Amino acid sequence: MIKIRKRLADTGFGVLALIVFVFSAFPVYWMINTSFLPNNRIRGENLAFFPTPDVFTLNNYRAAMFGEERAPFPPAVLNSMGVTFLTVVIALVVGFAAALALTRFDFKGRRTFILMILVVQMIPGEAMIISLFRIIDGWLLLNTIIGLTLVNIVGVLPFTVWTLRGFVNGVPKELEEAAMIDGCSRATAFWRITFPLLAPGLVATGVFAFIQAWNEFVMALVIMQRPDAMTLPLWLRTFVQATQATNWGAVMAAAVLIAIPVVIFFLIVQGRMTGGLVSGAVKG
Amino acid sequence: MSSTLLDSPAPPRQETRQRRRPSYVPWLLLSATMVILGVLTGYPLLRLVVMSFQEYERAQLMGQPAEWVGFDNYATILTDVDGFWTVLLRSFVLMVVLVVVTMVLGMLVALLMIRVGKAMRLLVSVGLLLAWAMPSLAATTVWGWVFDTQYGVVNNLLTAITGDRWFGHSWLINPWGFFLILTCIVVWGAVPFVAFTLYAGLTQIPEEVIEAAQLDGASAFQRFRLIQVPYVRGIITVLVVLSMIWDLKLFTQVFVLQDIGGDRELTNTIGVYIYQVGMAQGHYGLASAIGVIFLIVMLAISFPYVRRTLREEVQ
Repeated sequence: MIKIRKRLADTGFGVLALIVFVFSAFPVYWMINTSFLPNNRIRGENLAFFPTPDVFTLNNYRAAMFGEERAPFPPAVLNSMGVTFLTVVIALVVGFAAALALTRFDFKGRRTFILMILVVQMIPGEAMIISLFRIIDGWLLLNTIIGLTLVNIVGVLPFTVWTLRGFVNGVPKELEEAAMIDGCSRATAFWRITFPLLAPGLVATGVFAFIQAWNEFVMALVIMQRPDAMTLPLWLRTFVQATQATNWGAVMAAAVLIAIPVVIFFLIVQGRMTGGLVSGAVKG
Repeated sequence: MSSTLLDSPAPPRQETRQRRRPSYVPWLLLSATMVILGVLTGYPLLRLVVMSFQEYERAQLMGQPAEWVGFDNYATILTDVDGFWTVLLRSFVLMVVLVVVTMVLGMLVALLMIRVGKAMRLLVSVGLLLAWAMPSLAATTVWGWVFDTQYGVVNNLLTAITGDRWFGHSWLINPWGFFLILTCIVVWGAVPFVAFTLYAGLTQIPEEVIEAAQLDGASAFQRFRLIQVPYVRGIITVLVVLSMIWDLKLFTQVFVLQDIGGDRELTNTIGVYIYQVGMAQGHYGLASAIGVIFLIVMLAISFPYVRRTLREEVQ
């Protein structure tokens, strides 16, 4: 009797798990499905739930990338890549230096600096759009990659410093000291011993900076208003602005194009996301 | 924008930090960060506060000198019941709903992941990861398509199931429908992080503790209330604070859902409202004042989180 009840419960929870899976995955699946279907199969009663070979089409991607009626795709890709690349590189280099200072040195003001980083991280960019717009405008950097990069760095840098600080802390400095006893200079010891051990941390942090910069929407909306200056998120937005009937097949193709690099990168580093919070917070 | 949750191995105690090195080296290493934060956070903050005390409209943008108006902008906003207060109240109610729904669902999914077998757990994880990884803008457009008035799959399925004609039913034009779908989008994207984090915390509870409680005859609910929740209370606090911050400054999802087809007036949240008043209508002074108020609210909310993190880091 107890066995039967247990089996029933197991089945019930299995079904629940399946439901959770379907609800989480369905929108992603639906995006991909729609992006490969011709218009007459994504509308009305004739809905196709799978892009079977007889209906499969790449026309939506063609329409998304080369359609004339919207902001052009190629400059949007280049702008996004430019801004993201600059943001990640600058944030990593600058943030790494700061992380070293915070972990390998004891100095007056260290606590204040950490507090500052934490507070800056909590400032919502949405509150500051007006003054950032005025400042970037004053520097004649509206609609430029440099202008958006500057604004993006502010969003990414505190997080980068904070994360890298954790990674540097994770490498015991005794390793460096051992190398110095063996005759290395401090700098050599750092570059030969510590830096290689930090590589995974740098990569993970870089990937998160990439995702943030690649997805950034609010600041781009304010800074990059000209069609040829748009980044990919702004470009995607032009598809759904309600001036004309929405071509949903093309919208979903565009969404896939934007989401794919993010999803791939995210899956690579996601394992590092939750552990940090847990290790510090589970204390009975 | 803000996530401090990247994993890092537990930091070793730092009592061996050397004190002999010259003190200018750390400041040299920090200089670039200080310059960037000073120029691109400190200065904009200052400008924001200054503009909030000025009459700053389109004319000032063209070069007219801005006039000091004291607290006029703040007075205008704080007496604007239909505008500012409505938006603020709406943002807070929405935030509370989003946080509660996210936390409850996240906890349920975490418990489910503990209860089910390995295969099912993997399946759930894959689904959650997909939802988590989706950029919020792409997610919003996809949900907009799922609930599309003419051809959305939801209207399609509802028609098939109920027999009534749902084609042409607009979900977004009604503010309640708008916020229902907004809730779906935000919760869908936020539950994975909460669920994974809680799951990771719950699995660290020693098995003996749970088993002992079981032997003592504690029901599943009692074990949850008396053992599991107390164990992960710290995690729950942090998750709630972070969710509050993220949900209060919601921008992309609201803004783009309005593009797809919502009534902006009736669905603005605080971030979007600042954009509307400032960038769209050109009332830069007013928008700056709203920004300052918003900033103060956000810092107040994040205060416990900042204090807690600081205490943990700088012992």
